[in-house]
Amino acid sequence: MLFDYLTLKLIWWLLVGVLLIGFAIMDGHDMGVGILLPILGKDDTDRRVMINTVAPHWDGNQVWFITAGGAIFAAWPFVYATAFSGMYWALLLVLFALFFRPVGFEYRSKLPNPAWRRSWDWGLFAGSAVPALVFGVAFGNLFQGVPFHLDETMRSFYTGSFWALLNPFALLCGVVSLSLLALQGATFLAHRTDGALQARARSAGLVAATVLLLSFSAGGLWVSHLDGYVIRSIPDVGGALNPLMKEVGRETGAWFANYRAHAALWLVPAVAYAGALLAMAGLDRGKTLLAFIASSLSCLAVILTAGVALFPFVLPSSTMPKASLTAWDATSSYVTLNVMLYVALIFTPIVLAYTGWAYRVMAGKVTRDYVAANDKALY
Amino acid sequence: MIDPMVVDLSRLQFAATAMYHFLFVPLTLGLSWLLVVMEAAYVMTGKDVYRDMTKFWGKLYGINFALGVTTGITMEFQFGTNWAYYSHYVGDIFGAPLAIEGLMAFFLESTMVGLFFFGWNRLSKVGHFSVTLLMALGTNLSAVLILIANGWMQDPVGAAFNPVTMRMELVDFAALVFNPVAQSKFVHTVAAGYVTGSLFVLGISSWYLLKGLHVDFARRSFRIAAAFGLAGCLSVIVLGDESGYAVSESQKSKLAAIEAMWETEPAPAGFNLLAWPNDARQANDWEVRIPYALGLIATRSVSKTLPGIKEIRAANRERIESGRLAVLALEAWRKNPGDLEAKARFQAHEKDMGYGLLLKKYTEDLTQVTPTMLDQAAHDSVPRVAPLFWTFRLMVALGFAMLALVALAFWHGMKGTFQDKPWLLRWALWFIPAPWIAIQSGWFVAEYGRQPWTVFGMLPTHLSASSLSAASLYGSISGFVGFYTVLLVAEMFLMFKYARLGPDALKAAPAPADAQAVPAHS
Repeated sequence: MLFDYLTLKLIWWLLVGVLLIGFAIMDGHDMGVGILLPILGKDDTDRRVMINTVAPHWDGNQVWFITAGGAIFAAWPFVYATAFSGMYWALLLVLFALFFRPVGFEYRSKLPNPAWRRSWDWGLFAGSAVPALVFGVAFGNLFQGVPFHLDETMRSFYTGSFWALLNPFALLCGVVSLSLLALQGATFLAHRTDGALQARARSAGLVAATVLLLSFSAGGLWVSHLDGYVIRSIPDVGGALNPLMKEVGRETGAWFANYRAHAALWLVPAVAYAGALLAMAGLDRGKTLLAFIASSLSCLAVILTAGVALFPFVLPSSTMPKASLTAWDATSSYVTLNVMLYVALIFTPIVLAYTGWAYRVMAGKVTRDYVAANDKALY
Repeated sequence: MIDPMVVDLSRLQFAATAMYHFLFVPLTLGLSWLLVVMEAAYVMTGKDVYRDMTKFWGKLYGINFALGVTTGITMEFQFGTNWAYYSHYVGDIFGAPLAIEGLMAFFLESTMVGLFFFGWNRLSKVGHFSVTLLMALGTNLSAVLILIANGWMQDPVGAAFNPVTMRMELVDFAALVFNPVAQSKFVHTVAAGYVTGSLFVLGISSWYLLKGLHVDFARRSFRIAAAFGLAGCLSVIVLGDESGYAVSESQKSKLAAIEAMWETEPAPAGFNLLAWPNDARQANDWEVRIPYALGLIATRSVSKTLPGIKEIRAANRERIESGRLAVLALEAWRKNPGDLEAKARFQAHEKDMGYGLLLKKYTEDLTQVTPTMLDQAAHDSVPRVAPLFWTFRLMVALGFAMLALVALAFWHGMKGTFQDKPWLLRWALWFIPAPWIAIQSGWFVAEYGRQPWTVFGMLPTHLSASSLSAASLYGSISGFVGFYTVLLVAEMFLMFKYARLGPDALKAAPAPADAQAVPAHS
């Protein structure tokens, strides 16, 4: 019993952020490889090289996504329930696309038939590109507010349509996330491949970083003109609350309030820019490990930039602003947050340790010769 | 009020996707330990045949594992997408084991599975064996946490209602983790997985022996599978009995329905071996009984009585009336927090609130409840008898038939005579699907038998669903059916192809000289 409820609520906001960032860095680079698969893979061997750079790791990486989902369920059940049921078709789209990853990886090279392999290649592409795009679109909708309301029993009702989620601002955010993960994939490929494929990966990374810098900047400008949300009144945030106990208003530019209040926070978007630029420099000079680390830093900072802007909002409601879900009133009970913190403190370092070990065991470049020599043993 | 069609379709979708997921999970659970045993034999004896066995059965493991992962993501999403009110109402408790599962078990399993397949040339013998062991451990830990979550739905311990947040909240984490229902369910379920893995290896090995293929390989696989299968089968049956005992404590309605026991009988009650349950008459048209048996199995005493369905319904009717008062008092108290009289009334009836919520299926406004509604709710508080009665018996019958098979396989495996027993080999081959049928029946009994609740005695199923339209459900169910069919066809195709190839599947066709080459480190 180290922390009070308010501190736990803050810690869990950070921990959910850590899991999303972990997802973007880890699953992000194998999704990035999937996105680039049809673009950079000129023949079957190229594509096998690409796939085998992530073959031993994609499954572990995907667990960042699963665990982020589980953590949102455990720490923010209101958010899990409202967001997943409200954005039903967006979630199903991600889910159906993700179906093609495990089977795509595992089944693709088990038969030599070219049509079979081409089909799974497209499956891997869709399974990577669609989630990458939809996650950005989802964030874009958070900034605009999502049309849902709560009744007295805290049952949520979503009144928008799936197509309304695909508005121009949200699609711009989708471009941010797509280019971010493509950059992750390109820097990883540049580090783990050689020859012509590596050269193509480096060029693709430069393009992705440029698109990222442009779309991230455009998104920032656009957000400054959006109606953000502000909490007008709320009972003691250190106590047990439900979302209907506060008053919420909307103001243009309110999403910059946290940055205006704490100038040091501007460092966060600055790191996003620096990471992308450094990744470009690293790709250009052939410092591929540096490029991957810089790109990962960019993942961290882009997500954190959005999180800081929204804080303490998590899922604002456009049709019933007071029902907006925030880090103060959408959380689990004190006991659950406390127990789950201990669990996270014990197991996260263990996970990081054996993940690092797995990457060390499998380190080294994957080459065309290596794939040819281990035809039956590799993906 | 939620459209009853949406509730039914959501149940259908959940049942279909969960059962589909559980086509792959039990094989993963069982095969992972068999791989550990085979690789241990390799590490200890240094014989290549054991490495080939690990690699070959590992290939089939991988083909199966991919779909286990794929369909598992659906389960993680689906509580939120389709059971939003459930997720809100009990997420504070139920979400914890799911999140812990990801962090503690699934990470381990998924990271190690990559090294299992690709680490052969990069790890020492013992190093690779450790990876296989950790992979199996991760798989089984995963099952512990999922069954803690499911066990809590069967017997919700360690939780209390919070009127501010309008949900159940965790008060006792240890009670959640050490829930006896979850413990017996865990061993029963993973042991069923061990049987699945064993019968899979046993059946395919038998096919090789019948065809005279890969004989040494198949003989060794057969023996390992028979021994592991026997241990698994015995555990399933013993822990199935333990589960029965736990159910008699926590869910009397499920037990009475499984046994088609309409009337409360003097202890110890008889066991209906076979019967023809008739819901309309609330009686069995005919029955074949074993005297005293049920009372002994379910209560482990000769003096404890087990209530029949009629008595359970009558008792539930009283709890529903009391629960109605709790729901109404809570509404009044939340409207006017100063209304201490309402608060006291709520607290007096709080333990029955879940039963009161059962009425919301028939009317939104609990001040308008009629005696007919009370009768209806009480009647619906016990699930339909015939489906439970029959699926339970199917599960048990298959369980004993599998026990006979593995016992004979083990016996002839010890004597080394199984190769000359084509009837035994054919039995093993044709029994490959048996564990799956038994397992699906078992889950049906567990989940359908819990109706009308998602969380027993706490949250009715019809309140748990998301506020979606029936059209959305038709769309998503079509999507699942379509995608899952395509994936299943691909999976079965590869599984048959590789099972037919046998250990030859490991050999590269032209076998280049440097097949073991390790790429240069950067």
